[in-house]
Amino acid sequence: MSPLLTLTGVHTHIGRYHILQGVDFTVPEGETTMLLGRNGAGKTTTLRTIMGLWRASAGSIRLAERAIEKDATPDISRAGLAYVPETMAVFSDLTVRENLVLAARDAALDDTRLAWIFGFFPALKKFWLSRAGTLSGGQKQMLSIARAIVEPRRLLLIDEPTKGLAPAIVGALVECLMEIKRGGTTVLLVEQNFRVAQAVGDRVCVMDNGRIVHAGAMAEFAGDEGLQQKLLGLSLDTHQ
Amino acid sequence: MTAIDSGAALPKRRADFIPALLPVALALAALPFIGSSSTWITLTVAGLSMGMMIFAMASGLTLVFGLMDVLNFGHGAFIAVGAYMAALVLAPLAGWTQADALWSGLAALLPAVIVAMGVSAALSIAFERALIRPVYGQHLKQILVTMGGLIVAEQLLYALFGPQLIALPLPTALRGSIVFGDAAVEKYRLLAVIVGLVIFATLILILTRTKIGLLIRAGVENREMVEALGYRIQRLFIGVFMAGSALAGLGGVMWALYREQVHASVAQELTVLMFIVIIIGGLGSVTGCFIGAILVALVANYAGFLVPKLALVSDILLMVVILLWRPRGLFPVTSR
Repeated sequence: MSPLLTLTGVHTHIGRYHILQGVDFTVPEGETTMLLGRNGAGKTTTLRTIMGLWRASAGSIRLAERAIEKDATPDISRAGLAYVPETMAVFSDLTVRENLVLAARDAALDDTRLAWIFGFFPALKKFWLSRAGTLSGGQKQMLSIARAIVEPRRLLLIDEPTKGLAPAIVGALVECLMEIKRGGTTVLLVEQNFRVAQAVGDRVCVMDNGRIVHAGAMAEFAGDEGLQQKLLGLSLDTHQ
Repeated sequence: MTAIDSGAALPKRRADFIPALLPVALALAALPFIGSSSTWITLTVAGLSMGMMIFAMASGLTLVFGLMDVLNFGHGAFIAVGAYMAALVLAPLAGWTQADALWSGLAALLPAVIVAMGVSAALSIAFERALIRPVYGQHLKQILVTMGGLIVAEQLLYALFGPQLIALPLPTALRGSIVFGDAAVEKYRLLAVIVGLVIFATLILILTRTKIGLLIRAGVENREMVEALGYRIQRLFIGVFMAGSALAGLGGVMWALYREQVHASVAQELTVLMFIVIIIGGLGSVTGCFIGAILVALVANYAGFLVPKLALVSDILLMVVILLWRPRGLFPVTSR
């Protein structure tokens, strides 16, 4: 698979802190790439730098053939990237419908696409006209992901979608991510739950101290507990 | 495909009517102290009309703060500009303003309002580019720079129009009172109430029924996510800044006609009052600004009648009480 996203030597400074210290990795088109690592390794910063929410101080970020590291966030978004932040960032004063209307940008909401989304997330249909601020944490996460897929996008950047969710919702969310993947959408997913990462990921990149310290196939990584312990600091049993 | 269960039923959200009922409660509570119902009606309508004028002036300020986290202490300059534009336009239209017919009075006011709003909006583009854009995200510098901009604007107005008070008589048709029973209510104050209600209704319609309104509300809450969805919030901000400045210009016209005089000092005079109103209402909230403006004006009017010395500090006391009750204001919107 040809890479859809390529990061080469990306550095990011936040104030006086040097967070990303030369990040290199690729995200192949049509695959799901997991970005793993300990807390503070730089995973969220990597996603935010790709989206232009924090500016790369050096290095290049290419979406297919287009350099995007100097683009403004709205341009990066319109180039085909969708972002699901760790905080979910739903607009709590707006209804579920209004959140999706904004996410669809210039397009009208597509009924077929909505029916597909409601298949995963029936709660969104049920609470269609409710204010997003009144939804539960799991329902907000559903809305946040629905916002990213309400229109077809080239690449989804999803930051820890299962964080803080009940196990029942996590299982179903994994199914949703699998369905998105089967649809051919390219995904870059940050995830702390290794079981989820293993189930969804085709490839894995592991970060430590602002650098990629391992990149390869998920199947190989999942089969090597020694490597997991070395890179993630936790065994599979405790990393769930 | 596995469907995620719809989960627990949506928690019931209690509608928060209490802040919206405060002006009514305040007015009713004041009635026994005032005693005379006709005086009470006069004071209440006066308070409402003053509140509507303050709301027109402050609504742009609250949206600008909510959307872009900008503390614009120069907002009052657009009020003064609006007032001077009204004086400029109405001076040659004395024939219309002195006529007894209501239509001719209103016909004279219309171009004054259009020019005041247009000039304020146009000047706001230069103000944003020269003063506000270089200090995004730096509150202390925003206060210093915009306060400096306010002083410069005030001095420019003195240089252009002179330091003296300029008389701005009300159109004859808007003078006098309408009598309801024993209560006399000034015609102009009624007009101010109607204009304020129209502004409020229009803003609420735009914010709730249009995509631009959705973007503004979303941007007030999380402007970063609005950008991540592909919208240029900077353009939206400039649009809101212009609209807010135009409303300040309109407020300036209304205020100048209410006081029947124009002076550049009105800019500084009203700046603190506007900040008190938007802090009471909850930064970024148009509804909060509306309720806050009415509360401030009603309290000032009632206090002025009952305990005149208290009127000097009534707005500050009201703000303290409200913030002790709701530290983020009556209708908090932003998490900032």
